[in-house]
Amino acid sequence: MIAGDEALLLARIQFAFTISFHFIFPAFSIGLASYLAVLEGLWLKTGKPLYLDLFKYWLKVFAIAFAMGVVSGIVMSYQFGTNWSVFSDKAGPVIGPLMAYEVLTAFFLEAGFLGVMLFGMNKVGKKLHFAATLMVALGTAVSAFWILSVNSWMQTPVGYEIGANGQFLPGPSWWAIVFNPSFPYRLVHTVIAAYLTTALVVGGVGAWHLLKDKGNAHARKMFSMAMWMAALVAPVQIFAGDLHGINTLEHQPAKVMAMEGHFDSHPDGAPLYLFGIPDQANQRLDYAIGIPRLSSLILKHDLDAPLAGLDTVPREDQPPVAIVFWSFRIMVGIGLAMLGLGLWSLVARMRGRLYDWPWLHRAALVMAPSGFVAVIAGWITTEVGRQPFTVYGLLRTADSVSPLTVPAVAASLIAFVVVYFAVFGVGVWYILRIMSSPPHAGERGVKRTERGPIRSAGITPGPTQNPTAREGGETLIDGDGVAERDGPTGDER
Amino acid sequence: MSVNVDLTTVWAFVIAFAVMMYVVMDGFDLGIGILFPAFAPGEERDQAMNAIAPVWDGNETWLVLGGGGLMAAFPLAYAIILPATYPLIVAMLLGLVFRGVAFEFRWRDPGHRAMWDFAFTAGSVIAAMAQGMILGALLQGIEVAGRAYSGGWLDWLTPYSVLTGIGVVAGYALLGATFLAIKVGGKAEDHAYRLARITAFATLALMAAVSLATPFLVGQYWQRWFTMPSFLFASQVPLLVVIIAFFLLRGIARRRTYAPFVLSLALFLLGMIGLGVSMWPHVIPQSVTIWDAAAPERSQVFMLVGVAIIMPMILAYTGWAYWVFRGKVDDAGYH
Repeated sequence: MIAGDEALLLARIQFAFTISFHFIFPAFSIGLASYLAVLEGLWLKTGKPLYLDLFKYWLKVFAIAFAMGVVSGIVMSYQFGTNWSVFSDKAGPVIGPLMAYEVLTAFFLEAGFLGVMLFGMNKVGKKLHFAATLMVALGTAVSAFWILSVNSWMQTPVGYEIGANGQFLPGPSWWAIVFNPSFPYRLVHTVIAAYLTTALVVGGVGAWHLLKDKGNAHARKMFSMAMWMAALVAPVQIFAGDLHGINTLEHQPAKVMAMEGHFDSHPDGAPLYLFGIPDQANQRLDYAIGIPRLSSLILKHDLDAPLAGLDTVPREDQPPVAIVFWSFRIMVGIGLAMLGLGLWSLVARMRGRLYDWPWLHRAALVMAPSGFVAVIAGWITTEVGRQPFTVYGLLRTADSVSPLTVPAVAASLIAFVVVYFAVFGVGVWYILRIMSSPPHAGERGVKRTERGPIRSAGITPGPTQNPTAREGGETLIDGDGVAERDGPTGDER
Repeated sequence: MSVNVDLTTVWAFVIAFAVMMYVVMDGFDLGIGILFPAFAPGEERDQAMNAIAPVWDGNETWLVLGGGGLMAAFPLAYAIILPATYPLIVAMLLGLVFRGVAFEFRWRDPGHRAMWDFAFTAGSVIAAMAQGMILGALLQGIEVAGRAYSGGWLDWLTPYSVLTGIGVVAGYALLGATFLAIKVGGKAEDHAYRLARITAFATLALMAAVSLATPFLVGQYWQRWFTMPSFLFASQVPLLVVIIAFFLLRGIARRRTYAPFVLSLALFLLGMIGLGVSMWPHVIPQSVTIWDAAAPERSQVFMLVGVAIIMPMILAYTGWAYWVFRGKVDDAGYH
């Protein structure tokens, strides 16, 4: 069943749009769930209320981000069938079980313990609550494991047989399918990306509040933790990315050629192009600025190593070069900026100016959303670089699509765009509003009662209505004073 | 109606179990959303929302297992049913988006709480209606050519699918009302019992209407329900419905705590059994059997190992989460 070009294009736009929107939330919640587990663990270990305050502060953010991740994720699990039914029929026997395992081992785990994590602190006690937080964090990581295994199998399919009906059937070893050649690299690179993304958000929020009040102990702690993360993990990420690239060169050379802008083969060492305008129609890179032989050095660890170009790949098997070329540069550029920020923070730390260097804080603030941009850019690089196939080299995207007509897909695409921008736009705004109020002693976390706002906006804060403030140990006046100044805090409950 | 207990049959029951779990668990969540405007803003609505706030996400996960499991175990069915009901699936997903975020957003933004309460209800109604209509679309038959759907993009829209859609909305509302009767107190509780009575009558009437219409859709259904020997088994289903309906209405009238909810669940279970009687062994009536659509044995075995080990754990910790938040909703909210 071959759909028209327009219907195919619309289906691809819809998938790209919904997956990009969705990916933002797990990229954040994978890291944030682990950060929350660390904060709660530190609180249990040290007994310092500051950690509990930070935990509750970020828990409010997590609740919103997680909800948006869930509802946008369900869309993904059905979109394989609605828009890519031929792909689902053919690849279902191989990737379906991996996705079923994701549901069984990850989605249920995080959803099952989320309620206790958000609302159960006073009902189950500290230790069980910590266990619930750990389960949620574990669930987010396990989810990444399975879905990236699925994606990696689509990039580097192995361990399959072709059935008489044209389906991909599992071979004798599931191990081979799950741990397909690109999976370990993609898993490490993506999960670290999620951690870095979260660290930059946490660091940016800390920086914002340090700019306003460099004495804020809560802001200092979160900024310091985030900058450690950036300084230590950004170099690891660049190293992991390099390994991932070398793996891609081995299994999907056309993708690397597009990333590098190598239309021509280079028998004696290929240049690393820093800039250029890919002209795919004429198969050349215009206005190219490159460093001779550096690409060969990076990819082959040898200045003179030959690298084949897209002139060895038939035109109909080439990915769209311009998109891959640019998204790759955006990702790498941001990665280097992250490394720079991390190093700067080390210098500031050594000079004792970590909390007292406004330009560092401004830089961290500007970098706060950069993880999301890098993650999306990286995703575009690997996904568009896989084109024109869904199952690399075996099943073309054009042969994967559902037999749907243009009006059906156009209508659904418009509906997704309108609803996503409206709903998730508002959700992001709510998150920003939480972040705009400084973390303080006696954070309340996620609470659900009508009484709360009335009290906190009112005149008589009483310890009985605010048990967490007691646990926080610090003054109630501080907490409620803040609540009165910043309207949004009033609805924390 | 021969039943060979092979892996494919086992998988049909696993998927049916997941769908059933989804229908009853998210059924009462969606039902509360459907009934939400009937509750007074303020304490009544807050209680209703708090009754499910800690568990809705886990409940919704069964939908992902139903969908993901269908793709894994019966990929051909997944690949045909979803394009055939495309607008309904999209409507359901977008309805669930609104419903899901409303849980968080209404507390974040008191100034727009009325708007998010409306989104909660609208999303719930749309999702429930769409699910009911998908059921109707499936029962009335889907055009198949080769390994793909071959009909138009609005074929699902018939009076019958509208009827099943309304039926599911009413049924979910009944689940929601009887669940709230357990979980809320004060005025909201009185309110829940009143709503339970109304929705019970509505559900029973619509169940009867759907049951009467269904055998006329397809010859196979008629034979199953009205010819020997399957009649002997099939006829037990409506008989049980009548008996349960009696106890359900009595339980609501006497304001029993748990009986109305449990009996509502029983009604849904009977509906599911009725569905099985009509459809077996087809996953798409008249055209695709479960064996036609089944994934190969290696896929079935690999997943079944996971289900056998992990499902009891899921049920255990899900049960624990319900236990933690047992009893009436504390009107001071969860801490």
